[in-house]
Amino acid sequence: MTNEQLKEKVIAIVPNAEVKENKQYLIVTVPQNKLYTLAKTFKESEDTAFDYLFCLSGMDWGDSLGVVYHLESTKYHHCIVLKTKTTNRENPVLDTVCDLWKTAEFLEREVFDLFGINFKNHPDMRRIFLEENWQGYPLRKDYVDEINIVER
Amino acid sequence: MTVKLQIKNLEEQEYTINMGPQHPSTHGVLRLVVSLKGEIVKNVQPHCGYIHRGIEKMCEKLTYQQIIHLTDRLDYLSALISNEAVCIAVEEALEVEVPERVKYIRTIMDELTRIASHQLWWCSFGMDLGGLTCFFYGLRDREKILDIFEESIGGRLILSYYTPGGLMNDIHPNFKQRVKDFIKYFRKILPEYDQLLTGNVIMQERTKGIGLISKEDAISFGFTGPSGRGSGFSCDLRKQHPYGMYSKVDFKEVLYTEGDTFARYKVRIAEMWESMKIIEQLIDNIPEGPYSVKMKPIIKLPEGEYYQRVEGCRGEFGVYIESRGEKFPYRLKLRSPNFSNLSALNTLSKDQKIADLVAIGGSLDYIIPDIDR
Repeated sequence: MTNEQLKEKVIAIVPNAEVKENKQYLIVTVPQNKLYTLAKTFKESEDTAFDYLFCLSGMDWGDSLGVVYHLESTKYHHCIVLKTKTTNRENPVLDTVCDLWKTAEFLEREVFDLFGINFKNHPDMRRIFLEENWQGYPLRKDYVDEINIVER
Repeated sequence: MTVKLQIKNLEEQEYTINMGPQHPSTHGVLRLVVSLKGEIVKNVQPHCGYIHRGIEKMCEKLTYQQIIHLTDRLDYLSALISNEAVCIAVEEALEVEVPERVKYIRTIMDELTRIASHQLWWCSFGMDLGGLTCFFYGLRDREKILDIFEESIGGRLILSYYTPGGLMNDIHPNFKQRVKDFIKYFRKILPEYDQLLTGNVIMQERTKGIGLISKEDAISFGFTGPSGRGSGFSCDLRKQHPYGMYSKVDFKEVLYTEGDTFARYKVRIAEMWESMKIIEQLIDNIPEGPYSVKMKPIIKLPEGEYYQRVEGCRGEFGVYIESRGEKFPYRLKLRSPNFSNLSALNTLSKDQKIADLVAIGGSLDYIIPDIDR
């Protein structure tokens, strides 16, 4: 599928999605309550078949926290980037996609560990790199650690 | 009498043991919490983070030239390939066209890295299964590649040879001859690897039909690299999304469909042959010219986001950069192949014997610093 066709498909499912295009990928930003529906449709429908989640990154955009999903179809070799965000920094909650792509289970635990984003319906929401009693979420921009981070 | 009673209990109920963080077969500091019933593995929970250094956080305060040096510290056995991911991402963002000579040298170096990495995998895999001779054979041959690296680059393990725009320095005048000598030598030696380990009955018994994963699961887990190609998942980025000189050389993507430990073993052996084929096609044709383009001392990427995927020795390595037009990246995410491969370990080792867990782990060839980052 070309980027144009993908764009039409996105608009058909989520009418208020923000769609951008850069040199590499089509980038789609959707509201947090629509992401799971869009991801599920994209994975399961015959003509898109995005079966390979090759990157899942947590993001801190200052006013909002979010997640970026890089998807590829191993059948058609087309790619798409999905983004979603939440403005709630105190208790951010997003939907999990680990029932669609199994790799998301570990990747979402990593995002939870470093950004503090909770994933609803995730089977095992624990920290993965840091200790259980670690205070704060290191990859957030407002994280302060006076002992270990030396400002230059 | 009491001893007998205890053994009976162990067979009936599940119990948990720790494997690692200090265990020779985990090749680093990885802790596996294994639930067992008798000697059958019921559940494996990897515990990571023993050498988490926060590289992604550090990158937010470093320039792009400095980030190169940190990418070496991820997967230290495919250091040059991780360097290349960042370099290409920066070059694409700035629309810099690197000279042909650079592309040739990078591709040759990448493939030498791949051979060296697979040699080390082969020797440690043999050792995991109890064949100590493999360890000496593999290290003996890897040494020859490290000597080539040392002559041209100056380092042996942590190389940092690529920079955005080209290479740190030109290759040594002896480079071509030494690579050719090595290929000639290794073509003769590689069949010995097969004679020593591939055909070995004990080795085959311990790997065939062990640690199965289907193609669907492999795709779903993001199980890439030689491990994924052992399950028939065609994920070779050198073919799918070519970079460097890969679109111009003739080689084939090695695919096996069995999805067991032995298939993953065969893929890696076959990849060493393919890598030699690629190097032979390029080594005589390295064009003359500059080894680097002049770049500004402080690189500022234009605002936007950039993603670069390369084929590391263990799977897909990716760099995701979000830039806000400053000299530091706003956010840099490293997609590490080993982390995704590790997430499939529980599926792979379900209902296998605990001794086979070592063989399965060996066939995934994980590098812990790349998992923890």
